[in-house]
Amino acid sequence: MAFDAFYNEVLTDHNLHPLHKERVEDADLVLEGVNPSCGDDIVLELKVEDGTIVDGSFEGDGCAISQASADIMLDLVVGRTKEEALHLAELFHKMIHSQCSPEELEELGEAGALKDISHMPARVKCALLGWGTMKDMLSDSDKDKTE
Amino acid sequence: MKDFKADFPLLNERDIAYLDNAATAQRPVPVLEAERKFYERFNANPLRGLYALGVEATEEYEKARERVRQFLHAGSTQEIIFTRNTTESINLVAYSYGLERLKPGDEILVSIAEHHSDLLPWQMVARRTGATLRFLECDPDGTFPLERIQAMVGPNTKLAAMGQVSNVLGRTAPVEELIRLVHQNGGVVLVDAAQSAPHMPVDVAALDVDFLAFSGHKLMAPMGIGVLYGKKALLDAMPPFLTGGEMIESVTREGAVYAELPHKFEAGTVNGGGAVALAAAIDYLEQVGWQEVMGREEALTKLAFDGLSQILGVHILGSQDPAEHCGILSFTVDGVHPHDIAAILDDAHVAIRAGHHCAQPLLAHLGVRSSARASIAFYNTEEDVARLVDTMKTVRRRMGLGL
Repeated sequence: MAFDAFYNEVLTDHNLHPLHKERVEDADLVLEGVNPSCGDDIVLELKVEDGTIVDGSFEGDGCAISQASADIMLDLVVGRTKEEALHLAELFHKMIHSQCSPEELEELGEAGALKDISHMPARVKCALLGWGTMKDMLSDSDKDKTE
Repeated sequence: MKDFKADFPLLNERDIAYLDNAATAQRPVPVLEAERKFYERFNANPLRGLYALGVEATEEYEKARERVRQFLHAGSTQEIIFTRNTTESINLVAYSYGLERLKPGDEILVSIAEHHSDLLPWQMVARRTGATLRFLECDPDGTFPLERIQAMVGPNTKLAAMGQVSNVLGRTAPVEELIRLVHQNGGVVLVDAAQSAPHMPVDVAALDVDFLAFSGHKLMAPMGIGVLYGKKALLDAMPPFLTGGEMIESVTREGAVYAELPHKFEAGTVNGGGAVALAAAIDYLEQVGWQEVMGREEALTKLAFDGLSQILGVHILGSQDPAEHCGILSFTVDGVHPHDIAAILDDAHVAIRAGHHCAQPLLAHLGVRSSARASIAFYNTEEDVARLVDTMKTVRRRMGLGL
């Protein structure tokens, strides 16, 4: 992998100019995610109406990979149902572990810019920070309802 | 200038500027050979066998202990306990001294600069005994003013723990003053020498320190061998940390009479090869000589400090005098996360550490979330430093920030 191809424009652009790093008014799901290996954390906020994610944001401090990954994720999931978002999280997880088909990669859109992370094992946790946090909050919110 | 790199197989076999020596050092040939020789020629379970080979294995292991005693200027080999690493050494003291001796109302004093391994054991002791954990804070440049130490140490200070050199700032702490003041108040002091023992002479007798811990692996020895020095009177009065094989005189159905020092604290089969290789590492280090080690490390640190501080957006933590860094330079780059710095350096085969360096309270105190850290050893070269500095010059541009 050519290194500068990994730290590509998609990644540096989302890192330097995030679209979703602004607080959501009246978010109904808020969860903090922590990467214990580096101490980085993000706070993810989602606004969900009738099972659809209508707005989302993240705050926090982290490396370019964690920040860009969270920003790209929010680009992808806003406007989708919780189930669709969880499905994308599943695909992203597969992509990071090099287990994604070309069709699945296409579904991930811009998040595909992070696929070479699979060659950087030390950074996998960074890329998954936002996605894992979203997965936890959406799964937990379902659990609350059934209880 | 002698090329010490030639003695380190890894540094010859790989194209790498290894600048993560504060995490673990590299191993020179004599250390690797010593470990191999132990297993090829003396391998039997030390301290047990009644046959000649077993006796020789024991002799090799105990010679290593004597070598460590000399290295630390300790009075007796009974005061040298082999452990796995600094963390285990500190835990030994926390469990066998801290839990036994401390009570509500007592105070444990630690510095804010401690590595987590010299903090979490004391948090545990405080929680379980009701003693209070207090923090000695440093100034932004990492210094501990004497008045602050005087103000923090009192008759309730039963135990104090401090790193001799900070693994983040590289600053040498005034442990002599701390020891003197705590002793005046009747307490004991543990010094974490993980970052000092490989880079400067450590003399437990001159320090009059009660406990001192270091790891072999940061001193070019294999991983899994560490040392605890403790004053004999203190160790004698302490119960064993771990119990089991070869730390007893006799065992009945109900109880046991423990072995004499130091074996009371070395339950189970010991790391014979590691101990012998640690002795070889000390031999190697002293053969190079402290003057050479410290002189080269200071010169290389200055070179790196000057190069890095000229780069736009780079900020070095701690003292602005390179001579006060003990080879350790932690830094941040405006707009670039340390993990990304490490990734870009890695692409140029420069190995550094990035993150919180297991010292989160210090970084919080300094108002820094995380940093990159380059740490130098005497076997590094000017080329290693040049590669670090040259690559650092490209970081902001490659992260889309312009120059």
